[in-house]
Amino acid sequence: MIESRFADIGWMDALSGRDTPLRRIDPRAKLLATLGFILAVLSFPKYEVAGLLPFFLYPVVLMSIGDVPVAFVLRRLAVVAPFAVFVGMFNPLLDRQVVAGVGPWVMTGGWLSFASILLRFALTVGATLVVVAGTGIHDVCRGLGALGVPAAFTAQVLFLYRYLFVLVDDGMRMARARALRSFGGRGMGMRVYGHMLGSLLLRTMGRAERIHLAMRCRGFDGQVRTLTRLRFGFADALFLLGWSTAFVLLRCFDLPRRVGGWILGAGT
Amino acid sequence: MHMADALISPAVGGGMWVASAGLIGYCARKVRACLDDRRVPLMGVLGAFVFAAQMINFSIPGTGSSGHLGGGLLLAILLGPSAAFLTIASVLTVQALFFADGGLLALGCNIFNLGFFPCFVAYPLVYRPLVGRDPNPGRIAVAATVAAVIGLQMGAFCVVMETLLSGVSELPFGKFLLLMQPIHLAIGVVEGLVTAAVVGFVWKARPEVLDLDRAMAPDAGGLRPVLIGLLVAAVVVGGGLSWFASTHPDGLEWAMFRTAGAGELEAPADGAHGALAQVQETTALMPDYGFKAAAAEEGDAEQQPVWPAVDTGTSVAGLVGGGLTLAAAFLIGWLLKRRRQAKA
Amino acid sequence: MSHHTVEARDLYHTYPDGTAALRGITFCITHGESVAIVGENGAGKSTLLMHLNGYLAPTGGAVRVGGLPLNRDTLPAVRRAVGMVFQDPDDQLFMPTVFEDVAFGPLNLGLPPGEVEGRVARALETVGMEGLGNRPPYKLSGGEKRAAAIATVLAMEPDILVMDEPSASLDPRSRRRLIELLRSFSHTKIIATHDLDMALDLCERTLVLHEGLVAADGPTRDILRDESILGPCSLEKPLRLQGCPICAPPRATA
Repeated sequence: MIESRFADIGWMDALSGRDTPLRRIDPRAKLLATLGFILAVLSFPKYEVAGLLPFFLYPVVLMSIGDVPVAFVLRRLAVVAPFAVFVGMFNPLLDRQVVAGVGPWVMTGGWLSFASILLRFALTVGATLVVVAGTGIHDVCRGLGALGVPAAFTAQVLFLYRYLFVLVDDGMRMARARALRSFGGRGMGMRVYGHMLGSLLLRTMGRAERIHLAMRCRGFDGQVRTLTRLRFGFADALFLLGWSTAFVLLRCFDLPRRVGGWILGAGT
Repeated sequence: MHMADALISPAVGGGMWVASAGLIGYCARKVRACLDDRRVPLMGVLGAFVFAAQMINFSIPGTGSSGHLGGGLLLAILLGPSAAFLTIASVLTVQALFFADGGLLALGCNIFNLGFFPCFVAYPLVYRPLVGRDPNPGRIAVAATVAAVIGLQMGAFCVVMETLLSGVSELPFGKFLLLMQPIHLAIGVVEGLVTAAVVGFVWKARPEVLDLDRAMAPDAGGLRPVLIGLLVAAVVVGGGLSWFASTHPDGLEWAMFRTAGAGELEAPADGAHGALAQVQETTALMPDYGFKAAAAEEGDAEQQPVWPAVDTGTSVAGLVGGGLTLAAAFLIGWLLKRRRQAKA
Repeated sequence: MSHHTVEARDLYHTYPDGTAALRGITFCITHGESVAIVGENGAGKSTLLMHLNGYLAPTGGAVRVGGLPLNRDTLPAVRRAVGMVFQDPDDQLFMPTVFEDVAFGPLNLGLPPGEVEGRVARALETVGMEGLGNRPPYKLSGGEKRAAAIATVLAMEPDILVMDEPSASLDPRSRRRLIELLRSFSHTKIIATHDLDMALDLCERTLVLHEGLVAADGPTRDILRDESILGPCSLEKPLRLQGCPICAPPRATA
C-alpha cells in the first residue's frame, strides 16, 4: 500500500509536468483560491449537505482545465477516506434526532452530519489533489515563497522531495533483500529492523555529507539561491478574484435551495 | 494520527495555522542563525529518510500486525529542536500535498500535534534529561520510549481538543479521549522502541553523529517566551473564535473571515464579505422557502445537538436544488474538457 | 596559463578513526594534461580527490592548485578553478530542476541573472542537454544525469576538471558518448576510475595508487601493459590490450 502511495507521487509529478491551462496559472493564485475554497467549504454548519454540492464546481473545473484524470482523484480519495469515515461514523450512532421523514424512511441528524463530513472530505481533498497535480511541487514552493513562507522552509520541502525517490528506492531495496531471506516471519522482528533502519540512516547521513560537499564545491554558503520569476498577470488575478467571489456567493446565497425552491414553486 | 480537513472548523484550523506558521518562522530564523550549513542538506535528506523508513516495517510480536517509524523524536535527537521541527513540517507538507493525508487547513494542526510536542517538549524536557551526559543503550532505550509516549499522548490529546472545538464530529469528549489515548499509548511505546533501536545502533556505530545537535547552537535561551506567547495566541484565537462561533447564530462564517484576516490570507474578501453577510441577513427574512428558520436552526445546532423540527419543504427544495447544481457543475467540467479536447 | 596546474607534495591523510588513507603522495600535473588515477578499492583515490578542492585538509604535506597553496584564504579561488564531478550524480544534482541545478554555482558566484542564464545555456548545450532544463533530476536517465552533473560543473567555468568514476553504471553507448564529450574538453583533467579502457582512451598519463602511495606514474600505454604493476594493485590489463578470446584462445584451455 505504501508503495502505491509513492507510485501516485510519481503519477502526480508526471501530471504536473505537462503544459495545461491550469499549470500556466500563477501558483499564488491557485494556492489562495484553494485556501479560500477550503475555508468556505468548512465554514458551513455541520448539518449542511445541499449547500456544499455547488462547490464541486471548483475541483471539477480544475480537473478539466488541468487534464487531471477523474479516476486518479477518486482512487486517492478512496485511499485516505478511512480516517474521515472512522471519526464521522460515530455521528449516526450518537446523534439520533429525527430531522425528516418520508414514509417509513427516517433521516437522523447524525446521518446528515456524517454525509456532510464525507462531502467536506471529498471537496477539500479533491481540490488539493487536483491543484497539486496541476501545479507541481516546484511551483507550489515558489508560490509559497512568494507569499512569504520562509525560504529555509520551502528549500527544505524541495530538498526532501528531491531525495524522496532516491531514498525510498534505498529503503525498498533493503526491505526486499530482507524479505527474500526471511522465512516464516523470522528476521522480521525489532532487532533486525533496528539494524536495518540504523544502517539506512547512516547511509543517508553519508549522502548528506556528499551533497554538502557538492554544494560547497559550487560556492554554497548556507543560502540556497534560485532564479525565481513569477509573474502575476491579468489572467491570474481574474482566476483568483473570480473564484473567491464565487465561493463567497455560494457560501452566502443558498443556491441549491433557491434553485430547488424555484423549480418546486414553478411546478405547483 | 493525522487530523483531516473535513473534521475541523475554519476557526480551529486557522488558529493552529497561525501557531504553526509562527513556529516555522521562529525555527527558520534559528536555523539560519546557526552557521553550520551542513544542516541544510542533512535536514532535506533526513526528511526523505522518514518516508524511506516507512518502506521497511517490522512485525509486532503476538499481534500479527506490523509497525514502522513515525520519526518525530528521532529527528529531534539527530537535528535538535528547531531543525527537526522544520523537517517534520516539511514531511507533513509533502504528505498533505501528495498523499492528501490531513489536508491543507488541517496542516496547521498536524504540524503542531506531530512536530511541536516531540521537538519542544519530549526531546528537550524528557529525552535529554533522562539520557544525561554520558548515554548508554539502556538509558537511550528508556529515555526514547518515555519521550515518545509523552510526545504522542500530548499530540493525541491535541487531536481530541481540536476535533472537539471544531464541533464537526459528534464524539463526546470523554469517549473520544478514551479511544485516542490508549491507541496512542501503544503507538508511542512502539515508536519509542524503534527510535531507541535506531539511536542505539547509530550510537554504537558512529557516536559522533549524535553529538551533532549539541555541536549546533543551543536552542533553549529565548525560546520559552516565544512558545508561551504562541500557545496563548493559538488558544485564544482558536478557542475564542470557536466559542464565538457557537454562541453567535450563523457566526461561523464571520469567524472564518476573521481568522482568515488574522492569518493575512484572504484579506481583500473581508470587506466584501461583510456586505454580503448583510445581504444574507435580509434575504434570510424572506418567508417563502423558510430561509430564516434554517439559518437560525443551523446556528442553534452548533450549540446543542438537539435538532428542532425542520421545514420539510426547505429540505426537499435543498435536495432538489443541490442535485441540480451538482449536475450543472459536472456538466460545466465536461463541456470544458470537450472544448479543450476539440482544440487539441 | 600556470593556473591550470595541480601539485601534491608529500601528501598525508589520516582519518579521525586512525585509517591512514594517504601515506606520502607527490605528483605534479601540468596545464592541459589528462591524468587517470587508478588503484584498488580503498587505495586512497577518493581521499586524494577530496584534497584537490580543499574539502579535506591534509594531515601532512601540501596541495598547490594553479601555483596557489591550498589554505583557508585561497579556498574560494581554488574551488572556482577546480570543478568536481562526483561518482553518484544524485549527490550532485540536488536542486529541483536541471536548470536550477546548473544555475546554483553561478548564482553563488554572485553573477547577474542574465550572465547566469547564459552560462547555464552554454553548459547544457555543451553536454547536449539543451531543452531538458525543466526536467527534475529524478526523471533523467543514467547518462543524462551524468551529463547534467558535468554541466553543473562546467557552468562554473573551471580550469581543472576532477572526476570520480565518471563512467560507472553507464550503459555502453552512454559511456561512449561520455568519453567523446570528455575528449572534447580542453581542461586539465584528473579522472579516478576503474575503467581502464576509458583511461586508455582519454588519458595520456596514469597514476597508480596502492595503499596510499603512488605505485607508478607514467604514460598510460606503458603502465596498463605492465602486469608487474597492475597485478599487485588488483588491476587487470584493459580488455583492449588483452588477446581476443575467440581469435587467439588462451593456450591453457586449448
